[in-house]
Amino acid sequence: MNALRNVRRWWSAFTQRFYENPNLRYVATALVLGLVAIVPFFYDPASGFIDASTTALAYVVMALGLNIVVGFAGLLDLGYVAFYALGALTMGWLGSAFAYGAGNGKGIHIGVSSAISHIPGIHANFLIVLVAAAIVCAVAGMLIGLPTLRLRGDYIAIVTLAFGEIVYRFALNGDQIKFGNQALTNGSQGITPVDKLDLPFLAPFQSLNLRPWYWTALAMAMLTLLVNARLRESRLGRAWIAIREDEVAAASMGVPLVKTKLMAYATGAAFGGMAGAFLGSYLNTVNADQFQFAFSIFVLSMVILGGLGSIWGVALGAVVLTFVNRYLIPNVLNDKAQSWFNFDLTQLSFSIFGFLLVIMMLIRPEGLLPERRRKMELTEGVGVGETELIEVRA
Amino acid sequence: MEASTPRVTAPGTVSLWAPVRSFLAKYGLILVLLVLPIRYGIQDLQTDHNLTRLGTNIKDGLSNGSIWALVALGYTLVYGIIELINFAHGDVFMLGSFIAVGMYATLGLTTSTGVGGLFFGLLAALIIAALGCAVLNMLIERVAYRPLRSAPKLAPLITAVGFSFILENVGLLWNGGQQQSVPDLIESQKELFSLFGITITHGDVLAIGVAIPLLIFLAGFVQGSRLGRAMRATAQEPEAARLMGINVDTTISATFVIGGLMAGAAGLIYALYQTQIWYFQGFTAGLIAFTAAVMGGIGNLKGAVLGGLIIGIIQQISDNRIGTEWTPAIVFGYLVLIMVFRPQGLLGEETREAG
Repeated sequence: MNALRNVRRWWSAFTQRFYENPNLRYVATALVLGLVAIVPFFYDPASGFIDASTTALAYVVMALGLNIVVGFAGLLDLGYVAFYALGALTMGWLGSAFAYGAGNGKGIHIGVSSAISHIPGIHANFLIVLVAAAIVCAVAGMLIGLPTLRLRGDYIAIVTLAFGEIVYRFALNGDQIKFGNQALTNGSQGITPVDKLDLPFLAPFQSLNLRPWYWTALAMAMLTLLVNARLRESRLGRAWIAIREDEVAAASMGVPLVKTKLMAYATGAAFGGMAGAFLGSYLNTVNADQFQFAFSIFVLSMVILGGLGSIWGVALGAVVLTFVNRYLIPNVLNDKAQSWFNFDLTQLSFSIFGFLLVIMMLIRPEGLLPERRRKMELTEGVGVGETELIEVRA
Repeated sequence: MEASTPRVTAPGTVSLWAPVRSFLAKYGLILVLLVLPIRYGIQDLQTDHNLTRLGTNIKDGLSNGSIWALVALGYTLVYGIIELINFAHGDVFMLGSFIAVGMYATLGLTTSTGVGGLFFGLLAALIIAALGCAVLNMLIERVAYRPLRSAPKLAPLITAVGFSFILENVGLLWNGGQQQSVPDLIESQKELFSLFGITITHGDVLAIGVAIPLLIFLAGFVQGSRLGRAMRATAQEPEAARLMGINVDTTISATFVIGGLMAGAAGLIYALYQTQIWYFQGFTAGLIAFTAAVMGGIGNLKGAVLGGLIIGIIQQISDNRIGTEWTPAIVFGYLVLIMVFRPQGLLGEETREAG
């Protein structure tokens, strides 16, 4: 227990330095981003490590989106998978042969390379799909947000959970819902193949060279980080944090609750949709089995593990959890277990994941890199007084 | 903790919608709940000229619902007392089923066992499954929730999810990833008697016959006993309860023990009634039971039972008429409607969370 305490103390001192010194923060940021950008050169272009890293970066986008809803605005969302599903489905609808009847069987092609311009179905450029996915998800986010406006706390969690399950069910049974001959989704068969990413000025991406995928995901993640950081300092971001801290006080200071909350849902959902569209193309399938409740929990775990509301913390949490899930348990730990105990550890991957969540929360419930404001509340007891006041008045 | 949002209604303006709105707030949920039975009741009257099919659906729903009610009680008790959605509860219920089925083999219960042997054997299985789940639930609370009582509210939610994964993995290693058939000890589909053309089977009698006494016992316990009063006091205001000399930690432990007992009993009934178990049953059951608890008004015991029965009926009608694959979507659709019309649930008071 003593060693553990030392590690915690060292980590706190280490992170404290970054909280206090902005120059150190900028240098560290540049260093980390530079390192992350050149990582693919050290690995085989089709290696499992780059695969896991690309997924991790896409999950960073998703976790940062959820962080807006849960971390900034304090609205617990247990149905975030709905936006992954809608984003990926948008990719499937607009970037595969799935809508085979479109354009009288000849297909509709918008800004795609000549290689796929003869395939039936709708094929739009990835950038268009990205925008479409963001819009679809933002609208869906507002629709899901509407019934929760009157609710608080865990009730919001339940409604969002319900919506997540409903979207999953529609994705799963969508092959029964027909518009003419066109089904809504392809159920657990999945829409496959999905168009590869095809960005302007670049050759279409290959499935055997993962480096361009990695860099695209990195660019998306960095853009999301930047947008998140700017949003938090903006008028809207400060309104979100005000609502999280005390809804009544925020309302009486003139924060429009409905608009602000809906904006949180919409923005968070848009990022989830963009990550979903990318993953749809990257995984080359849009499959209902990807959209289960466990995924919502997976993304939420990233946010909480990293530190609610903390942008760098959430990014770190997403990377850590993805690597634990995709790399550490199946590749590293399992190899050791196979060679030492002759035991297949992948059977235990659920348990290890769950165990890590429990241990992590017991050791550091505020997350790896807690947000400064939250850390203050936890250690110095800011906010306790307000709570008591409200209790007395009510 | 948090104060309720002020209702934004301008004073002095009389809206034409006011009576409509108050009517909907009072009866909206009941109207919504009646849609499915009435729709299919009319259809039955037109095609069969009687209501037997709908009656059978409702009867099956009540049997299923009494299992959900037992699980929902675990959610509602825990939520009422520490405001935590105990995600691991559904998986505790799943392990209850597994323990009970494991006891079949240990006690040598087969389909050819006589009635007396079956009765005492199943009673023993019931007690062991219930105790096993109670101990498990208590340990989870001790390890995963108690150290986090002063932590941010979301932290115990994550440990609950973590334990849910761990328990599911235990189930996976225990019985494999496939649905496992269980010996049909009580011939659960066999007709016992028939009422207005509705067949009452052994399974129905068992499910209702075990669940109802347990529920009545529990209601009496929470209402009357010393521990029950301590539980209610802690739920209302933990600090004040502590000042009044109530041992809050013990009371919370006891709550988890009671939730576990109910989950274990539900596990055995489920195994006997459905004659199939698998490691993922706890997840679905957990979500459904939680919906039931919310529908009744979370924290309210009678509400959880009522919610369980109603969800059971909705589920059965939807399974039978619309298709099993759509049932979760319909159940959750109802959940959203409840949240819109009556966030405090059927029997719940307006709470600060919902108001």
